[in-house]
Amino acid sequence: MINKIAPSIQEALSAISDGSTILIGGFGTAGNPNELINALIEQGAHDLTVVNNNAGNAEAGLAALLKTGRVRKIICSYPRQVDSYIFDELYRSGKIELELVPQGNLVERLRAAGAGIGAFYTPIGFGTEMAKNADGSPKETRIIDGKPHVLEYPIYGDVALIKAEKGDRWGNLVYRKAARNFGPVMATAAKYTVATVHEIVDLGVFDPETIVTPGIFVSKIVKIDHVATAAGGFKKSKDAA
Amino acid sequence: MSQYQRRSKEELAKRVAQDMFDGAYVNLGIGQPTLIANHLPAGVEIILHSENGILGMGPAPSQEAEDFDLINAGKQPVTLLPGGAFFHHADSFSMMRGGHLDICVLGAFQVSATGDLANWSTGEVGSIPAVGGAMDLAIGAKQTWVMMDLLTKKGESKVVATCSYPLTAIACVKRIYSDLATLECTPEGLKLIDMVEGLDHAQLEDLVGLPIRS
Repeated sequence: MINKIAPSIQEALSAISDGSTILIGGFGTAGNPNELINALIEQGAHDLTVVNNNAGNAEAGLAALLKTGRVRKIICSYPRQVDSYIFDELYRSGKIELELVPQGNLVERLRAAGAGIGAFYTPIGFGTEMAKNADGSPKETRIIDGKPHVLEYPIYGDVALIKAEKGDRWGNLVYRKAARNFGPVMATAAKYTVATVHEIVDLGVFDPETIVTPGIFVSKIVKIDHVATAAGGFKKSKDAA
Repeated sequence: MSQYQRRSKEELAKRVAQDMFDGAYVNLGIGQPTLIANHLPAGVEIILHSENGILGMGPAPSQEAEDFDLINAGKQPVTLLPGGAFFHHADSFSMMRGGHLDICVLGAFQVSATGDLANWSTGEVGSIPAVGGAMDLAIGAKQTWVMMDLLTKKGESKVVATCSYPLTAIACVKRIYSDLATLECTPEGLKLIDMVEGLDHAQLEDLVGLPIRS
């Protein structure tokens, strides 16, 4: 019998090894798997590469993980924010490597990893700093249909940590509003995907037409508490300031 | 020298909104461009896109109705209009890169006469770079419009022959809506669409320091 429901977050994350690339979902206040990040901090894996849209806010979640010094490199589109001071300090003191990627390239490179695409040409970034490799050498380019393109490679994850709304024991997932963001794509791009959900439903409860992430892309799901609000949704929880 | 008055931010937002057409799919960049949503002409239905996976974005909710699963690219709570949709990031950026968005409006540090855009970094040493979705929007939308003050606080033109700041994309800007004039960027250089009352063509060219065809 397939049962992807993990009894605890700790158990779901126990196998994460040092040196892993961790894809972490979320955009702004929506879809951050903070409970999983906290458990990853507890778990203690180090020398990590983290992929997220940002580089942490204030003290919680990703910022707390960065603060442990266990992240060697971050791949993201928008690290600089008003409250990204933990990242800012690490970056300025040379304690973390940054690979800056335009947001659409970031998600498409993840999509390519999940879809088995070896590399792809995109017009985004041509003629800019983004068309250079980390060592300053130019990335491969090609004119396609008269339009210049840059060759971009997939970003493969060892682990994806994402936040969904509901799941079943086969790992099928649905999300809530804009908390979907990177979740469905990251789930496809990692060897091992853990999703938190607020509700676990029986098989067959989801309308098959509306399942967003089919269970094949999901390794473990864990139920976490729901922070309900007047609008029926998620409100900034006390540790997500 | 004749007297002229700059467009206020609200007047500028209204000016940009005038050129939005019924049925357009539009992405309004973070900051000043978001003001445009308040000035859309009556009877014109515009569908707003947000890079984090929303089409049909509505205005900000009352404080009690805020839902932090429903936010815009600037990470502020928003609402969803009837008919609106949620989707994941790869679909959201396919809407940009795939040329499905009719218009995006972005802020800028500099725009060249031929439409090169610099809006993500001033290239300052020691500053932390952050690009977000700016490059994807600038290249992807069918029309990229810039909304900005024409001059810097020091009085230098932000419309230039060649951008000195790091580029966002090459030849992507079609129109510049500024506090003093509306300009079109073409492969042959700038073209005048309109300017504020009291400003004349020669004065405008003098401020910009570049030829502007009428």
